[in-house]
Amino acid sequence: MKKLIYLDNAATTKTAPEVVDAMLPYFTEKFGNPSSVYSFASGNKEVISGQRDIIAGVLGAKSNEIYFTAGGSESDNWALKAAAEAYADKGNHIITTKIEHHAILHTAEYLEKRGFEVTYLNVDEDGKISLDELKSAIRPTTILISVMFANNEIGTIQPVREIGEIACEHGILFHTDAVQAFGQVPINVDECHIDMLSASGHKLNGPKGIGFLYIRKGVKIRSFVHGGAQERKRRAGTENVPGIVGLGAAVKRAASTMEERMEKESRLRDYLIGRVTQEIPYCRLNGHKTDRLPNNANFSFRFVEGESLLIMLDGKGICASSGSACTSGSLDPSHVLLAIGLPHEIAHGSLRLTLGGETTKEEIDYVVDSLKEIVATLRNMSPLYEDFLKKGKE
Amino acid sequence: MYTEKVMDHFQHPRNVGEIENASGVGTVGNAKCGDIMRIYLDIDENQMIRDVKFKTFGCGAAVATSSMATELVKGKSVYDALQVTNKAVMEALDGLPPVKVHCSLLAEEAIHAALWDYAEKHGIKIEGLEKPKSDIHEGEEEEEEEY
Repeated sequence: MKKLIYLDNAATTKTAPEVVDAMLPYFTEKFGNPSSVYSFASGNKEVISGQRDIIAGVLGAKSNEIYFTAGGSESDNWALKAAAEAYADKGNHIITTKIEHHAILHTAEYLEKRGFEVTYLNVDEDGKISLDELKSAIRPTTILISVMFANNEIGTIQPVREIGEIACEHGILFHTDAVQAFGQVPINVDECHIDMLSASGHKLNGPKGIGFLYIRKGVKIRSFVHGGAQERKRRAGTENVPGIVGLGAAVKRAASTMEERMEKESRLRDYLIGRVTQEIPYCRLNGHKTDRLPNNANFSFRFVEGESLLIMLDGKGICASSGSACTSGSLDPSHVLLAIGLPHEIAHGSLRLTLGGETTKEEIDYVVDSLKEIVATLRNMSPLYEDFLKKGKE
Repeated sequence: MYTEKVMDHFQHPRNVGEIENASGVGTVGNAKCGDIMRIYLDIDENQMIRDVKFKTFGCGAAVATSSMATELVKGKSVYDALQVTNKAVMEALDGLPPVKVHCSLLAEEAIHAALWDYAEKHGIKIEGLEKPKSDIHEGEEEEEEEY
C-alpha cells in the first residue's frame, strides 16, 4: 500500500484530532438547542460565545462582530448581496477583481443582473491589483470594494492594508475574502481597515460546513436568513454547535501554531519551487515570488495538460489540483491564470501544490522526482512538444 | 470518474509515437480548448493500414480515446477505418463521462484527417470521406437559467 501524499490543502484540510475531540460531545451528550431555557441546553449559548471570543481575538475584532455561517461561499454571498442592498440608496457601483473566487464573481454577476455596476480590476503578471487602477475606478456611487486577501490558485497576497486605507479615505465599505489566508497569515481587521471578512473552517484543519463573516460594528447589512434570533437576528437557524466548537478549536490551534507553520511551510515551499523550476525545463512559477501564501506553489508546464498530470500524480499517491479546463468541466482554463496573462495552452498545463503542517521534505522530494518523470512522459506524447522540438527551440 | 479501460489506455497508451514519411498525418483540435490529437498512418499499396501512431496533448480521456482509436484502425483497410466512429471508440472504452464525449469525436476526426491527408497525397478519393474541420468545437450544453 503506497502512502498518500496530500498536497491539496487549499482544497480542504484534514480535521485536526483535537478539533474532532472538541466537537464530539456536542453531537451526543451536549446536544441541546442553545436557545432553550433549561440549563442543560442553555450552557451551549456560552460555549458559542466562547468560540466567537476566540475568533474575534485572533482578528483584533469584537465578539459581536463575528457571525457564524455555513462557510466561505455563504459569507461571500452574504457580504456582497446584503451590503449592496443595504447601501443601494447611496450608490450602485461595486469594485472587485478578475481573480476572485467564483463565490464572489458569480454573486457580482447576479448583482449586475439586478442593476448594480461592477468593475473587475485587472491584475499584473504576479496576480496583484494596481492601487492606482483601484483609485481611478472609484466613483461617487461606489459602495463596496471586495478584494480577496490571498488567491486560492496562485497564492498571491494582495496589498490589503493599502486597499483598506483607500476604501476608508473614500468612505467605501471594504470586504475581503480571506478563506485562503485566515489562519495562514496574520490578519488584523483594524490595521487593514477591513469592514467585512469571509473565512471558512475546513481550510484550517476545522470541520466543513462552518465559517464566519466578520462585520464591523456600524456597517449596515441586511439579514441573510430570516427566522429566529440567532446571530443577532442576521442569520437565523439553530446554531451548528458542533461545527462552531470545531471552528473555534481550529482557529485557536491555527493561531497558536501560525508562526511556526509559516516558517516551516514557506521553507519547504521555496525548496519545492527551487527544485521544480531548476530541474524541469519549460516550466514557470505562477503567482508572486514572495508575497504568497506560505503553503502555495503553482506551476505551469508547457506542452502538457493539467488533468493528465493530476491522474498520473494520483497513480503515484499524490493529491494535487490544476487550473486546467478539464478539471472544471468547462472548456476554458482557470480565469485566474488567464488574468495573469498566460496563454490558454500554458494555462491548461498548470499544477497547484498546497502544503500542510504535516508535509515533509521527503514527501517534497518524492513529488518532484515523480513530477519530472510524469512531465517527461506526457511531453513525449505531446504533439505540441514535437512541433516545438522540430521548429528548433525558441 | 473514468472506466477501467479508459484508465488502462491512459496509463498504458498503445501506439504512441511518430511515423517517419507517413502515408497520412492528421492533426485536429486546438490548444485553446486543451486538446490536440495527431495521428500518423502507414498505408500499404492495398490500402491497408500497416501501422498507426499518435501524439496527444489533452486530458485522460483524450489520451485514452486516441489510444483506442489507433487500436481500432490498425490492420484495417482505409474503408473499414472510416467506419470507426466516435461511438465505437466510446463503446470499446466502456463509456466516457458526458463532458468528455467531445474527446471521442476528436479521435474520430483525427483518423479522418489522417485519411484525408493520405488521399490527397496519393491523388485518390475515399468514398464517404469528407474534408475534416480543423477545429471541432461541439455546441456546449445550455446552462440553466440562474435566479
